[in-house]
Amino acid sequence: MNHDAIRRWKSTIVVWLCGLSVLVALVPLAFILFFVVSQGVQALNWDFFTKLPAPVGEPGGGFANAIVGTLMLVGIGAAFAVPIGVISGVYIAEFPATKLATMARFAADTLNGVPSIVVGVFVYGIAVMPFQQFSAIAGGIALGIMMIPIVTRTTEELLKLVPPALREGALALGATRGWATMTVVLPAAAPGIITGVVLALARIAGETAPLLFTAFNNRFMSVSPTQPIASLTVQVYTYAISPYEDWHRQAWAGALVLVSLVLSCSLLARFATRRLERLQTGH
Amino acid sequence: MRRWLGGDVAFKIGTGVFAALIVVIVAGIGVELWRQSMLSIQKFGLGFWVGDVWDPVSGEFGARAFIWGTLYSSVLALLLAAPISLGIAIFLSELCPARLRMPLTFLTELLAAIPSIVYGLWGVFVLVPVVRSLEQSMPAALRGLPLFSGPAVGVGMLAAVLILAIMVIPFASSVAREVLKAVPGSQREAAYALGATRWEAIRAALFYARTGIIGSLILGFGRALGETMAVTMVIGNNPQISPSLFAPGYTMSAVLANEFTEAADNLYLAALIEIGLVLFAITLMVNTASRLLIWSMNRPVRAPRAARIPAAPAPVGGAA
Repeated sequence: MNHDAIRRWKSTIVVWLCGLSVLVALVPLAFILFFVVSQGVQALNWDFFTKLPAPVGEPGGGFANAIVGTLMLVGIGAAFAVPIGVISGVYIAEFPATKLATMARFAADTLNGVPSIVVGVFVYGIAVMPFQQFSAIAGGIALGIMMIPIVTRTTEELLKLVPPALREGALALGATRGWATMTVVLPAAAPGIITGVVLALARIAGETAPLLFTAFNNRFMSVSPTQPIASLTVQVYTYAISPYEDWHRQAWAGALVLVSLVLSCSLLARFATRRLERLQTGH
Repeated sequence: MRRWLGGDVAFKIGTGVFAALIVVIVAGIGVELWRQSMLSIQKFGLGFWVGDVWDPVSGEFGARAFIWGTLYSSVLALLLAAPISLGIAIFLSELCPARLRMPLTFLTELLAAIPSIVYGLWGVFVLVPVVRSLEQSMPAALRGLPLFSGPAVGVGMLAAVLILAIMVIPFASSVAREVLKAVPGSQREAAYALGATRWEAIRAALFYARTGIIGSLILGFGRALGETMAVTMVIGNNPQISPSLFAPGYTMSAVLANEFTEAADNLYLAALIEIGLVLFAITLMVNTASRLLIWSMNRPVRAPRAARIPAAPAPVGGAA
């Protein structure tokens, strides 16, 4: 075989190996989705959504408290993370050359990489230890801290995409810089920012580690922000490591609910971004 | 007057406070963890790092076994994930037919969206039994090697490494893909003009993007270091230092997840928080290093969404 033929063979082999690696990554995805759906569907019933957990050893029961808990935790987290994220994103996009913007951008990227369990330890120190009490608020704070950097960076990136002509128009009509940004530029970027927020919500709803010692867990229905509260993820964890067959089934059902939540949010976001793309490129 | 000066200055300060808040949070994490672990830092000093006795009853704490478990599992996971992530990045950015690019990208990124706890659940009930039978069917000649010694129980380092590798792939490959996208087309065109094959042209692009690609892999490494739930559920939670893939291990994040709520006395709690502090410091360094490498590519590669929405006429080779 001559030299060129060897080179061509080498090239073909590498091209195939690259394609193969995509398949290698998709196999676990398919397996995970298959097991979550097939196992989860078997255990998913009306009780799952409406009943409280049954006492240990008794069959039946559901995740009603955990569903309410997750909604509440995510709500508390979003309530302070969305304003902080959006407004800090506005600052970074509006004054990108300032020292503070560089620092905030770096801090947001750093915060994004901090392991979620470390965020849990931090919040335990500031919101659990002083009150000697696990609480929904502490869990919400932990989730919110995880959410801030995602919202900040999304806001910044989307504000940069708004055509400058919009802002210039507002300024020409006599608006101040802040007024122009808040009433013209930000609304123009709003659909994209909302998409980013939805994705961030889906991500923090799936977090377990930061809740273990902040929100803790609760076998009963609770809506009190100062009491420990159940969440889908922590309850799936507790049930998965328990020795009971029936709890394992319910853990799969919980996983199915979590995955459907994440999947529908991702698809929704994907759909929304594509529409946005079309609007912006004018196709 | 108010709309003029007051408005603009107030706007800058008003939004700046929120930006400063993020900096304060990150600094606060470091300070708070340091403060809370003072008790353990003063008592054990550097001995905390080298001691491998973890005995809450007698109040003796050494973190070496956990540090080993975290580093060993993450390094092995990265070794496994790196070639696959690179292959995916190359395929999706250079080779993939345009029609398949969007759906395949979406699917590989979906791996990153699945919650850690779901990976853990799948790991415990599906992966661990598979790993166990794999371990049992290993020929005796190989079982003699230190890498494969010990009983085949399923839970242990191998299961943790496999699950970590799966979880790292979407992160490393998506950043590597953005880095490759930022390589000027002229690099490949020049290679082709010199008579290069497809692989040789790709190699030229890879060489051009080498710092960014190393950065993307380090970013994946940082993810693996901090991963908690999935690892906790499959690694076996036994603080021992063994090179064997079959041996159960323990990681820093796993010991936090398991023991934090059980820490009865202040010293125990401080020792656990110090593990958190170390984990924070390590991930901080790893993430900063990866970001510097990626930034040194001189392109806004951390903006995948921005790259997908071309505002001006799309550049050649963009995802139009």
